[in-house]
Amino acid sequence: MSGDLKQAFRLSLPVLGAFWFLGISYGMLASSMGYSIWIPLSMAITVFSGSVEFIALTMLVGAFNPVAALTMALMVGARHIFYGISMLDKWRNAGWKKPFLIFWMCDESFAINYSQGGSFRQQLTLSFLNYSYWVTGGIMGYFLGECISDDMMHYLKGLDFVVVAMFVSIFMDDFLRNKGRHGSAWLGVLASAVCLVAFGPAQFIVPTMLVILTVLYFKYRRQDL
Amino acid sequence: MAVAVMATRFISFFVFPSEKSMPPFVRFLSRYLPSAVFGMLVVYCLKDVDFMGDKHGVPELIGVAFCVLVHLLMKNIMVTIAGGTLFYMLLVQCVF
Repeated sequence: MSGDLKQAFRLSLPVLGAFWFLGISYGMLASSMGYSIWIPLSMAITVFSGSVEFIALTMLVGAFNPVAALTMALMVGARHIFYGISMLDKWRNAGWKKPFLIFWMCDESFAINYSQGGSFRQQLTLSFLNYSYWVTGGIMGYFLGECISDDMMHYLKGLDFVVVAMFVSIFMDDFLRNKGRHGSAWLGVLASAVCLVAFGPAQFIVPTMLVILTVLYFKYRRQDL
Repeated sequence: MAVAVMATRFISFFVFPSEKSMPPFVRFLSRYLPSAVFGMLVVYCLKDVDFMGDKHGVPELIGVAFCVLVHLLMKNIMVTIAGGTLFYMLLVQCVF
């Protein structure tokens, strides 16, 4: 019982570092832009997607364009569709925990839960911990923004790399474990690198997903015949 | 925006609620997609690195190479994350 919770907490520690760092930056940005606490807080609670929230802060400043905001949210959020497809089987019997697992599914929680597995209880705890780190990080950043000196920020410089280190390690872990799927792994790296150069950081996710789907479809057809 | 992001999370589960409703291609995807997604995530979290700037993304590339190396040697996710992050922090605070 408590082993599950301990394991979930242990796995969530890198995310704690990342989300507090990013959450604090997010809260500081929101407060420096003059938002009331309710706007960044309600976004952190309901949207729970760092990249969307950062863009949203800058979008809400000018004349609000709901269509642009919706399109942005759909395009940046589109990657969750791939997470969902990957989790279809694993979460089939999760029962009442399933909607919560889906609601709290972010890049980090998906990557850890998919690669590390564990009981539904453990996965749910991990997802919830990650979610709470993000929300509390945002609140801390909003209120503490002015107290955190530049000196302290200097010593924390580079901490955001924890996200990169985590995805690289999960990628490597999957790469070493699933020898039969190296093609897929390289496809993911190459397709996104090419689309990033071609479409730029704001718009490359959807083209990347289409390229991956197309290539995998051809692979599927060839295997079928 | 909240609804849009939430929809992207839930849609797969609504479209394919049971095992029988999954077409064979989706079944195939659920097996091969994750590896590609992890690759995509690595690039995704590096998307804002400015390769044309004065550092040309060198600290990030060294950091990633260090993580790969540590992972090949130790094969432990936690060690890679902690080691890679500390290494990168040293790199950007003391070297670059």
